[in-house]
Amino acid sequence: MSMKSWKNLASAAAVALTASFGAAQAAEPIKIGAFLSATGPASFLGDPEKKVLEKYVAEYNKAGGIMGRKIDLILYDDAGAADKASSFVKRLIENDKVDVIVGGSTTGTTMAAVPLVEAAGMPFISLAGAVVIIEPVKKWVFKTPHTDRMAAEKIFSDMKKKGITKYAMISENAGFGKSGHDETLKVQGNYGMTLVADETYAPKDPDVTAQLTKIKNTPGVQAVINWGFGQSPAVVTKNYKQLGISAPLYQSHGVASKDYIKLAGDAAEGVRLPAAGLVVASQLPDSDMQKAVVVKFQKEYQADFKAEASTFAGHAFDGLQMALAAMQRAGGTDKAKVRDEIEKTSGYIGTGGTVHMSATDHMGLNLSAFHMVEIKKGDFALSN
Amino acid sequence: MLSAFLQFLISGVTVGAIYALCGLGFSIIYNASHVINFAQGEFIMIGAMSAVSLVDAGVPMPLAIVLAILITMAVGVLLEKLAVEPAKRASVTTLIIITIGASIFLRGLAQEVWDKNFHKLEPFTGEVPINLLGAVLMPQTLWVLGVAVIVILLLAWFFNRTLEGKAMLATSFNPLAAQLMGINTKRVLMISFALSAALGAIGGIVITPITFTAYDNGIMLGLKGFSAAVLGGLGNGMGAVVGGLVVGIAESMAAGYLSSAYKDAVAFVIILAVLIFLPNGLFGRKGTERV
Repeated sequence: MSMKSWKNLASAAAVALTASFGAAQAAEPIKIGAFLSATGPASFLGDPEKKVLEKYVAEYNKAGGIMGRKIDLILYDDAGAADKASSFVKRLIENDKVDVIVGGSTTGTTMAAVPLVEAAGMPFISLAGAVVIIEPVKKWVFKTPHTDRMAAEKIFSDMKKKGITKYAMISENAGFGKSGHDETLKVQGNYGMTLVADETYAPKDPDVTAQLTKIKNTPGVQAVINWGFGQSPAVVTKNYKQLGISAPLYQSHGVASKDYIKLAGDAAEGVRLPAAGLVVASQLPDSDMQKAVVVKFQKEYQADFKAEASTFAGHAFDGLQMALAAMQRAGGTDKAKVRDEIEKTSGYIGTGGTVHMSATDHMGLNLSAFHMVEIKKGDFALSN
Repeated sequence: MLSAFLQFLISGVTVGAIYALCGLGFSIIYNASHVINFAQGEFIMIGAMSAVSLVDAGVPMPLAIVLAILITMAVGVLLEKLAVEPAKRASVTTLIIITIGASIFLRGLAQEVWDKNFHKLEPFTGEVPINLLGAVLMPQTLWVLGVAVIVILLLAWFFNRTLEGKAMLATSFNPLAAQLMGINTKRVLMISFALSAALGAIGGIVITPITFTAYDNGIMLGLKGFSAAVLGGLGNGMGAVVGGLVVGIAESMAAGYLSSAYKDAVAFVIILAVLIFLPNGLFGRKGTERV
């Protein structure tokens, strides 16, 4: 309660401040609303996203804003809770009267916001992964990250190249792991793949050797896919090595950060995963149109925060850029026009890939946005 | 087939030893005051995070471990002084709720003091698996088991052979009578928090090479440790270890022979069944006052 009232006070102060500025400058500031899981279990998503939004909004303002108008960032921390996200989104729409919303670190918080933005007619760019956000297409809802289905497709196309047809899967029994598991099953037929062993574990399990032993003893397993976030993929990777399983191990894009390699150590050698260009920024060939964008973003982020920019930081960057570009094309903040312009985003080169949105595709990324990488000598190595 | 069974067993023992070590910490404060300290998981986390950050800062491992234990003990004493002692006249239930609040506070504090990332600690004696008839055992598992055994022996010695320990038990049975006998009951409660914090820290440090650590790892470890302690009989060191091993092995066998989807359910069914027939746990004293 005290935090909420403190935030109320802060936003009231912000509104008062901008009001006095606004009077002096004549042009009203553009209001960007954000709700992120900056603390709580999904803070590894929300924390870098928050940093990025704050950093780049401040930079735009230093350069005089856009269209001669300053940018106001109104940001709430939902701590990963869908109910909090829902009430913050209501506040963004009704009290703060923002022009566009960028946010929703997790699929859960995003889906809590969807009915509200749809009813209010509020352009909304989500930073969460699952396919359900954009399928079926929702008029006012867009997203920047790749989907788990794309990751599964990328992994399968890599397996196909290696002549693999039978695979095993071990996935976290919650959120991201569950969704990844289900999407994998949906697309396996398109690649002629057969699932021969299907195991799960709880996100905080300290050991999964029992499940991996079962996979090891299942005849015909040619490769193993692990769906998980945070510490669990590192636990799986370590146990995998301890048991001496020889089939190649595939991880999802959920582990595409140096933290994973640091945690899993030597056991991560040889692990393959699909990842956005940001992860292997400096290794991209110069001919890659994305290279300049990701190298620059990586450099700026590292200079400010003394840490490597994760793909999640990149999602927030892309969301902000696309929202501001759409406003510039729309020549203002009329919500319907901004929505139409976001949908017309075409050829935007971001940290996630090249975006071509359309009336039927509110993400606009295809498989080329993913690169297959292999972990070699404690680093991600491009392995297309 | 034998090697698979052995592997399931080893996996269960590894997990069970972790739960056991986390469960042991509950017994001291419980014995001193009948309070279940729900901030015990946070002691585990603070011990582990302190050790990790000290090692990262270049402090040699043994020294880092000692310092981390001392830091956690200081947190335990502060918690007792600032949150529990002022409410001493309150009922046990109120005190338990205070510890829940304290655990949320400590978690938030850890986010600010450290960060929200996962961290690791190198295994004490390498990462070469030991081969047992086709199954593999990690050396760190032996450390966890060994430390758990040493801790039980020390606890038994403390409660049965030392004046401090006996004073603590006396305070738990009848604080007023204990006070009349000249026992400083305030001090007993403070010592019990310091010792519980030390136990939590030791557990947290020894298991981190297997489980990793992060600011919110105390929730799961505290909860599983608590289940282990309840299953074995609260306040009984031996009980916590047996309880932890039963839960761990049940989970692992369920994952191995039934389905990994039901492994947590199987563990909870066993806990429920035991508590229905033996409300004081496997090793609990009959007639212990219920909280």
